[in-house]
Amino acid sequence: MEHIQTAGAPSTHHEPEFSTKPIWRTFWILLGITAAELVIATIHLKTGFPPKFVVNGIYLILTCAKAFYIIAEFMHLRHELKNLIMTLGITCLLFVWFIIAFLYEGNSYKELRNRYDPYKVEQSKTKVASPEEHGPAAKKPGSAE
Amino acid sequence: MMWYFLMTDAFTFGAFLISYGSIRFATNGWPDPNEVFRSFPGVPADVHLPLVFVSLMTFILIMSSVTMVLGVAAGHRNDQKAVTKWMILTIIGGILFLSCQAWEWTHLHGEGAWWGRNPFLNADGTQSTTNFTNFFFTITGFHGFHVFSGVIINIIMLIKNMRGDFAKRGHYLMIEKAGLYWHFVDLVWVFVFTCFYLL
Repeated sequence: MEHIQTAGAPSTHHEPEFSTKPIWRTFWILLGITAAELVIATIHLKTGFPPKFVVNGIYLILTCAKAFYIIAEFMHLRHELKNLIMTLGITCLLFVWFIIAFLYEGNSYKELRNRYDPYKVEQSKTKVASPEEHGPAAKKPGSAE
Repeated sequence: MMWYFLMTDAFTFGAFLISYGSIRFATNGWPDPNEVFRSFPGVPADVHLPLVFVSLMTFILIMSSVTMVLGVAAGHRNDQKAVTKWMILTIIGGILFLSCQAWEWTHLHGEGAWWGRNPFLNADGTQSTTNFTNFFFTITGFHGFHVFSGVIINIIMLIKNMRGDFAKRGHYLMIEKAGLYWHFVDLVWVFVFTCFYLL
């Protein structure tokens, strides 16, 4: 949004700090985080050591870190006007409520159904005999193509 | 204005991903992504490489984001040649990503997964619902469509740049706006990657 003031006068082009060095640093950070996620996933698969919910928490934190770096450096938001940052940031806070509310809602629906619908519980505990039977050949007649 | 458009788009994607999360929280079992996404092109089917292919896709997208931001930086220096070079690399990255996604979709379709049918069992061996494939194809499809339109926008910017439109204008703000959109696509992929492949 900064550029609105300078749009008419391109000669006053600013931001001499737009150098390529922080870009590459950000790239290495993003790559490192993705590699770390892979390593954690592999360790978890092989040994099952960090419990699933711990691993998921780590993933979510790392994902937010990646999102921050992309927005701040690649999208250059860190160097924009404070008002723009606030406009976008405060609106994004809505997501916090959005996520908590809907995940809570989903969980509560599951609990209610498990309590009042024993057939559903039984069905969700029955193991399928052999995976092949339910492969592509065993398509249900009503299923969409 | 680009920022406000991206904000609305973020809420669209957010709504998709949150409805996915909500359904997942409301379901007793769910397929293990490491079991579903474990193939790599050219590798025999019995060799399981969980997450490797999708990490490659992530790498391609992050790399193309880097070339885009280098293009924007070149635009700040009014360096038309460099902008052309970085834009071409970005477009190549986008096309590579789309090709990877096309391969993955074809592969999953070959395994019997599509909207409305789900050949994969839950992690505990029970029958799974079709919600898994429905959400997967809808959300990665929506994201893939964004990548596709981003590639088209980048191609238009490349042509305009090669015709010298921006050099005449004296600034490369359009490149910057196309770049914002492109980074947003990368940003969404970070979340899609976490929600579908890791969690």
